[in-house]
Amino acid sequence: MTNNKIQLINIHKNFNNKEVLKGLDLEIIPGESLVIIGGSGTGKSVLIKCILGIMTPDKGEILIDGKNILNLKDYKRSIINQKIGMLFQNAALFDSLMVWENVSFGLMQSNKMNRDEAKGTALKVLKKVGLNEKVSALYPSELSGGMQKRVGLARAIANSPEIIFFDEPTTGLDPIMADVINDLIIECVKDQGITALSITHDMNSARKISDRIAMLHEGRIVWSGRPNEIDNSKNQYVVQFINGNASGPIKMQI
Amino acid sequence: MMKFLYLIGKISISFFNSFGLLVKFSLICISHCFRPPIYVHSIFKQMVEIGFYSLPVVGLTAIFSGMVLALQSHTGFSRFNAESAVANVVVLSITRELGPVLAGLMVAGRVGASMAAEIGTMRVTEQIDALSTLSTNPYKYLIVPRIIAGVTVLPILVIIADIIGVFGGYIVGIFKLDFNPNVYLSNTIDFVEPLDVISGLVKASVFGLIISLMGCFHGFHSKGGAQGVGISTTNAVVSASILILTANYIITEIFFSI
Ligand SMILES: Nc1ncnc2c1ncn2[C@@H]1O[C@H](COP(=O)(O)OP(=O)(O)O)[C@@H](O)[C@H]1O
Ligand SMILES: [Mg+2]
Repeated sequence: MTNNKIQLINIHKNFNNKEVLKGLDLEIIPGESLVIIGGSGTGKSVLIKCILGIMTPDKGEILIDGKNILNLKDYKRSIINQKIGMLFQNAALFDSLMVWENVSFGLMQSNKMNRDEAKGTALKVLKKVGLNEKVSALYPSELSGGMQKRVGLARAIANSPEIIFFDEPTTGLDPIMADVINDLIIECVKDQGITALSITHDMNSARKISDRIAMLHEGRIVWSGRPNEIDNSKNQYVVQFINGNASGPIKMQI
Repeated sequence: MMKFLYLIGKISISFFNSFGLLVKFSLICISHCFRPPIYVHSIFKQMVEIGFYSLPVVGLTAIFSGMVLALQSHTGFSRFNAESAVANVVVLSITRELGPVLAGLMVAGRVGASMAAEIGTMRVTEQIDALSTLSTNPYKYLIVPRIIAGVTVLPILVIIADIIGVFGGYIVGIFKLDFNPNVYLSNTIDFVEPLDVISGLVKASVFGLIISLMGCFHGFHSKGGAQGVGISTTNAVVSASILILTANYIITEIFFSI
């Protein structure tokens, strides 16, 4: 019926009577790079965690390749997860493992690759994100924030996923490193036809890496459009967000 | 008055809530112990972590307990001219009670805390979420190895503690209380029954399960950063210690009252 890669229908999610997602609908077509913008605490990470199966929505449907993925058994769920890569907000590298072991973790677990083979692949992927062999034998705590993000990115793409999620890939980095990450994302995603869903409140990054931008506010998508349309948008929420005004329809909960 | 009732209600709800959560968690973990894949490498790593590195602390606890036990029981029994029972008391107390309980409590403090801290940190830094996105079941990868290692290693640790503890009693008996070495040894060996040792090892296994389960449970459900991890570490040690003492009574009751 549809050819959406990912489709969310009427997603609700509450925490202790606090409604975070209130009937969110979202469609992402194959190969598209969608960026979701929105204030802190609006539920952007929660949204991604629902799709990943780390959280379960209270209501609604999530379809990947047209199939409902909620309530799947562990085994089937893990097959879906092999198609998905994820870069976490703070990279979430395994700090007991070396960099290359982090990158090849998914390969060794799901593809049952042996260590030598996995290391070879890990080094190749690390090279793609601009890290050399020396870095591969370090532990995550020995890396800077920017390098951790790159390792996280390498881990996310190592398994050649069809879908990839980026949770605030440039937050906390200096502008130059942020741009390096943006270029890497474009290189890894657009050029390989991967479907990507990114979260950011960095407008430069959003404009650069997206085919389409959607704005999340009060648990719903309130606006969506092409990156070149966003500056002419009349939507009050969007106008306030991209100009960074404290006054406007968006009330920050202080 | 209403406020008081409200408080009682609130506390009991949260108690039953966490109790239910714990039961569910335990069932999930234990069922995963019997389904592949099993991470053998991680099991060995945990065995070394739990068993080998606990040897010094358990050994020291055992030797001093055995020594003080000999000393105290000698003071007591000399009032009835029953000094010959010292060896007897030492070996029974060590194998039945002190070996497993002291080893259990020491390991709970050492290993239970580090499990809760490690898994808790992985939780709050989203490493556990990252595991499941990499098609790895966190229960299997993180918890099952710790449970299997705990259940199998604690009995070994307790055998060693038993030997060292009895040896501690022997040292005091020979060098301080002037027992004849041969008599002391034969008193020890003649009086200890297989059931004394076996009950101690069963206890050890159960304590190993309790320690790993509590460490993992509290770590796994940590929330909110460094402070949250600190709280779960404390909770892991306290709850494991209390459960060990409770289970100790129940198992003793089962073994020796029939
Ligand atoms: N595990 C959780 N338990 C309770 N509340 C949560 C949990 N995860 C997120 N929340 C709440 O959901 C809201 C949205 O969080 P999040 O998605 O992380 O925001 P952001 O858009 O900044 O990524 C926050 O107000 C947060 O308090
Ligand atoms: Mg977030």
